[in-house]
Amino acid sequence: MSMTLKTEGDRFVVVTRRFAALPEAVYRAHTEPELIKRWMLGPAGWTMPVCINEAKPGGKIRIEWTNGQGGGFYLTGECLELVPFRRIVHVERMHLPDPTPDNHIVTEFAPDGDGTLMTMRMTLPDAESRAQMLATGMEKGMEMSYVRLDEIVAAGDGVAAKG
Amino acid sequence: MEILDTTFSALADPTRRAILARLAQGESTVMELAKPFAMSQPAISRHLKVLEGAGLIVRRVEGTKRPCRLAKPGVEAVDRWLEMLRGALEMNYQRLDDVLAELKPGNEKEETR
Repeated sequence: MSMTLKTEGDRFVVVTRRFAALPEAVYRAHTEPELIKRWMLGPAGWTMPVCINEAKPGGKIRIEWTNGQGGGFYLTGECLELVPFRRIVHVERMHLPDPTPDNHIVTEFAPDGDGTLMTMRMTLPDAESRAQMLATGMEKGMEMSYVRLDEIVAAGDGVAAKG
Repeated sequence: MEILDTTFSALADPTRRAILARLAQGESTVMELAKPFAMSQPAISRHLKVLEGAGLIVRRVEGTKRPCRLAKPGVEAVDRWLEMLRGALEMNYQRLDDVLAELKPGNEKEETR
């Protein structure tokens, strides 16, 4: 199902994705720690040993990821507004280990036939923070491509390298 | 493929990747670029020289300033990164598709693994 990721103006990033499930299920998968732990994982091999998500206004968010080899980082945040099955407003920051600028995120779930259209709108404090956030995402993307490269190299034993 | 090697080593540095991401929003001067990075202007200038050498950015002369912008290979590199970012998010959402399929009435499983 096709996803879009676009930048808007100087400070916004907008992600949309359709899911073949009703808004209630998609909302639960975004708010219940036991469900969040099963999908919000990033590159293969990473796990989420800690997931705290107090789904109420002022509730705390803390998510920790690890690659099981000493590598890891965490995210903290606060829930600001929750409209069950419809809308989540929260703020979050990554700790790498220095905290990144606050990312204010509005996630909406709209019924779409027998599925759900999710729209996630991120607002960063300024253009520089957004550039840095995208660069961090790129960093993770690069990491993944290196992982893939490792796999290709590992699988390529006996294959002559092209000069 | 010497050019490709130069490009890869230019991209290997996180500050240089962040500079490219910043330039994706438009032309900037060294002073504007130095601001978010807590680095001196000479340090940023050294990074810009590497990016320019790799053909990822171009600079023009405007009085005493030399504003930089992305060159076509730089634009393409940023596009590829955005594509990887989309790929990383999409990987999460495909896992979410599986979780949602299990949540459907009649498909509830208490233990999955």
